[in-house]
Amino acid sequence: MSAELLYSKDHEWVRVESDGVAVIGVTDFAAEQLGDVVYVDLPEAGSEITSGTEMGEIESTKSVSDLFSPISGTVSETNQAVVDEPELVNSSPFEEGWLIKASFEALPDDLLSAEEYKALTQS
Amino acid sequence: MVDQDLRSTALEAVHESLGATFTDFAGWRMPVRYDSDLAEHRSVRESAGLFDLSHMGEIHLRGPQAGEALDHAMAGKLSAVAVGRAKYTLLLTEQGGVIDDVIVYRLAEDHFLVVANASNAVVDAEEIRARAKDFDVEVDDASDRTSLIAVQGPASEQILLDLLAAEDSGVEGVTAEDITSMKYYRFAEGTWRGDDLLVARTGYTGEDGFELYVGDDSAEELWKALTAVGGDRIVPCGLACRDTLRLEAGMPLYGNELSRDLLPAQAGMGRIVALSSKGDFVGREATEAAQTEGLPVLVGLAAEGRRAARAGSAVRDGEGNEIGAVTSGVLSPSLGHPIALAYIDPSHREVGTELVVDVRGKDLPVRVVETPFYRRG
Repeated sequence: MSAELLYSKDHEWVRVESDGVAVIGVTDFAAEQLGDVVYVDLPEAGSEITSGTEMGEIESTKSVSDLFSPISGTVSETNQAVVDEPELVNSSPFEEGWLIKASFEALPDDLLSAEEYKALTQS
Repeated sequence: MVDQDLRSTALEAVHESLGATFTDFAGWRMPVRYDSDLAEHRSVRESAGLFDLSHMGEIHLRGPQAGEALDHAMAGKLSAVAVGRAKYTLLLTEQGGVIDDVIVYRLAEDHFLVVANASNAVVDAEEIRARAKDFDVEVDDASDRTSLIAVQGPASEQILLDLLAAEDSGVEGVTAEDITSMKYYRFAEGTWRGDDLLVARTGYTGEDGFELYVGDDSAEELWKALTAVGGDRIVPCGLACRDTLRLEAGMPLYGNELSRDLLPAQAGMGRIVALSSKGDFVGREATEAAQTEGLPVLVGLAAEGRRAARAGSAVRDGEGNEIGAVTSGVLSPSLGHPIALAYIDPSHREVGTELVVDVRGKDLPVRVVETPFYRRG
């Protein structure tokens, strides 16, 4: 977990880059809960995403989970590396295993700080 | 997130120390994986895996009429099983549906052991007790004091031989010759550090392997001995890979492919019901009367890509008519493509038939294939 990231209660993380674009992924906690990720279904560049609504799917050997968008905005890029090698979600959830980049107007109020997210996952 | 009502096996502390992720399985707190379930799966296919299956039920029948009692209680003719051999069979309802699929071991002329699925162990014991009441037999549910450790994979035999060869191995009464000459669905009995030990060449992975039954007090020592002697040839494996391994091997999972509402014939298990070789038994009348023609049948499905159908996904024919549903599905770790088991209208059962599965709103083209999906080399 990293202090400069924001988190959703659905276990996605958001990192705002210097150019104002948000990078989105799932947390190490989520990755561990899922088990080995074998498939990700991500929104295409140009599609609109809405905070709290489904934007794709993530599958492990054992389960299928909906991916919820932590922010509202427009997808600017999907991570082809993670589509090709879904195991990056497990091996590098905060770095190589990022899912999408998106532009946005404003971040929603319900995102959590690292401390708040930690409290959520330990409850 | 620990549910206080969950039962735990004698190996819980070992799993904790190995960093296992746990899941609630049939009321038990069981390891779902230790690290990577794909790596665990691969280890069983290429070398060996170590499983704690102590949640399964062990029900003993002892007495001069133990065989007759089982012939009445079960679908198979268990009285015809030789001592030292095991048989896969079914516990049926009066209506001919499946209460459970079990393995029955014949330990002596007058002593059988029924190994039940965890989810059905209590019901099985009650049912067997009720069905055995008019026979001279004692039914003893030993599930609460028996541990089951499985060693599965191509290196299993050598690992057991190394255990036997180790100085102060702890095993008495089971020899290297017993292990090397043991065929599938046979077993040997001995002791592990003075406690009763049963070693069977059985499993649920599609690989060679053994299942070892010991008392709860001996489980941790035996687990550790197998880990030590196995070294880097063996890894602890959780229930996640157990499921992907059995599905690749085309083996049914109770609750998915077998249930009280399905007849054995639908699952391709009609021959397990011993209609011709024995007299009356629970479920016989209904089985004989059943009109199975036209009922959904179990088939294997395979697809391209990485997106897997899951239990509950609808199966459709080329014209969009719903013809069945998936009962188990996964991206096969060994084959690299999606596989599934499904109950479908029998008119589409022929191998090679092209069908479509609705995977959460998206159509996945599939074809009917033979099972097992994976066959060991």
